[in-house]
Amino acid sequence: MTLINEFRDKDLILALSELIKRESVKHLNIMEICGGHTHSIMKFGLSGLVGDKINFIHGPGCPVCIMPKSRIDEAIKLASRDDVILCTLADMLRVPGSNTSLQKLRGEGADIRALYSPLDCIKIALENLNKNIIFFAIGFETTTPMTASLMQKTVELDIKNLFFHINHVTVPAPVRAIMDDESVKIDAFLGPSHVSVITGYEIYEDIAKDYKRPIAVSGFEPLDIMDSVLNLVRQQNAGTHEVYNEYARVVSRSGNLKAKELISRYFEPCDFNWRGLGVIKDSGMKIRQEFSYLDARIKFDCEVNSKAESKACICGEILRGRAKPYDCKIFGKACTPKNPIGSCMVSSEGACAAYFKYAKEAI
Amino acid sequence: MLSHGGGGEEMNSLINDLIFKIFDNEILSQSNDSALLNLSGKLAFSTDSFVVTPIFFNGGDMGKIAACGTINDLAMVGAKAKYLSCALIIEEGFEIDKLERVLTSLAGICKSCGVKVVCGDTKVVPKGKCDKIFINTSGIGEIIDEPVSLDGLRPGAKILLSGDIGRHGAVVLANREELSLGGYLKSDCKSLKEVVEELFKAGVKPLCMRDATRGGLSAVLNEWAKFSKFDILIKDEFIKVSDEVAGVCELFGFEPYELANEGTFVLAVDAKDEEKALEVLRKFDTNASLIGEILKDQNSRVILQNIYGSKILLEAPKGELLPRIC
Repeated sequence: MTLINEFRDKDLILALSELIKRESVKHLNIMEICGGHTHSIMKFGLSGLVGDKINFIHGPGCPVCIMPKSRIDEAIKLASRDDVILCTLADMLRVPGSNTSLQKLRGEGADIRALYSPLDCIKIALENLNKNIIFFAIGFETTTPMTASLMQKTVELDIKNLFFHINHVTVPAPVRAIMDDESVKIDAFLGPSHVSVITGYEIYEDIAKDYKRPIAVSGFEPLDIMDSVLNLVRQQNAGTHEVYNEYARVVSRSGNLKAKELISRYFEPCDFNWRGLGVIKDSGMKIRQEFSYLDARIKFDCEVNSKAESKACICGEILRGRAKPYDCKIFGKACTPKNPIGSCMVSSEGACAAYFKYAKEAI
Repeated sequence: MLSHGGGGEEMNSLINDLIFKIFDNEILSQSNDSALLNLSGKLAFSTDSFVVTPIFFNGGDMGKIAACGTINDLAMVGAKAKYLSCALIIEEGFEIDKLERVLTSLAGICKSCGVKVVCGDTKVVPKGKCDKIFINTSGIGEIIDEPVSLDGLRPGAKILLSGDIGRHGAVVLANREELSLGGYLKSDCKSLKEVVEELFKAGVKPLCMRDATRGGLSAVLNEWAKFSKFDILIKDEFIKVSDEVAGVCELFGFEPYELANEGTFVLAVDAKDEEKALEVLRKFDTNASLIGEILKDQNSRVILQNIYGSKILLEAPKGELLPRIC
């Protein structure tokens, strides 16, 4: 068992494809909240396997796509300092700020490092005692425990030159914000399994009930997604709105209690300004008062004057599910993965980047 | 030390006692300002610089890559490499024993391929001015039959792949990210001289060949589609990817099609040569396979059909490879 091939089995996928097509009676708009699902749907060509009644809408769940320019500008301001080594996770390097990106700044000589594991910051901090190491932390509930764990180690080891610029956000808040917008037509959701590994699937129970929408917590392999879509079709036919835990092989109702405890020890909810969606109440995380001495936004001058988003870019509409990447006038022209204007074109998990990479036009 | 590049006694000692000994041959030992060569007929000439990190990896090292890289570039146009140059830019402080290992490896590949290193250059730069060692090799080769070029691409041509893909890129990536993957993941770095000679011997007339180095299979096919203007259709199920490479790709969010290879090449042949070519390729690598064909449509697209029958576009890789976030 390779843990990959079994979930890409041709016969099972095609059998599920037949069932979905046969049982789809009404149109079903499914928002995949997470960019990872968008990427899988495009990569495996799943839109072509679910029939024409199913319409996938790409949601706000890519940590790169939703990062507002002002936060990137803050990172750029910090990284421009001679006494700073700025560390972050890879894709973030490419996101355009008001005037430049971290990647371009790195090319000009700034010490900016892309890490795979945030814990690498410890080594960098210990090896560079004359520098301030700033971890530009991003991501949803999947990456927040790693940052919390790094904070715990920083406190335990009494490291004095490691600071945190926190940009962690949560999944349920933007889902509610999108559903509260009456112009949005979403009938069901695919919930990201890796978020629920941490949070449990219970985070969706109230959303399913309040908005009367079925939600499937789904893995990222083709079989996971096809099975989840079939469940959503069947729930639509039955008129139910339950939370279906497709990823029961790892996800429980309550999730990873240890990780949740670690997060709440170091962070508390705060409002966050989402690129394209605006400020959403309690949708982000900030460092608790007790550990505020670790907060780079307090320790360093982070004041920036950010430019407004490009008027031509419709990332906000795409993140709300009101437009597809092809609807954007600059898609694939002025805005490409090489020169992204909007953030949805930056990360491989962004809707525009996924469309550009796998399906520039219908084949 | 910097004095090893200073033109004096230390430099002469480095060249005579180490480099000449390792690359020993009658042309090099003449020590002329230029190598005097015996060549005739149609020739191919290629050059490449190598700045690999890490220098030593499972399945090879920078010396092996520097030799194979140029030998393979010549092989891909249907030329048999004969002579190589080797220019070194060395960072002050780079250990002599490592230099010896790298050069011995380079010489070993050349010897096994019947290629001579006939000229070269050595510079030593201050610490921090280069990353340990940079190597440039240039090579001259004789065309075996007819030159092979991009002009050969035409509709109906079959696309073959000489082995599984992505191993070199995955090894380098795993090394950079300090992943301990044991000895299972090994670079495909090797010379393609022999397999190409065998193809010609078997009577195969390749329409086009390209080693799938940086940018991987995806870069080669997109270059072919762009140059020829024809669409290329390939089938996912026939492209071999080892479990180790697939695992690394899943972990980092990469595509095996975009990872570098250093001994795997793509070949376009006439339909009548397909079986003969495959037979030769499989003598060298059982993973060699027919992966697709060139279509009549002129949209310059590379279309990847997956096992479920869905078709997606295989875009050329863009920007630097960055691991995904979550």
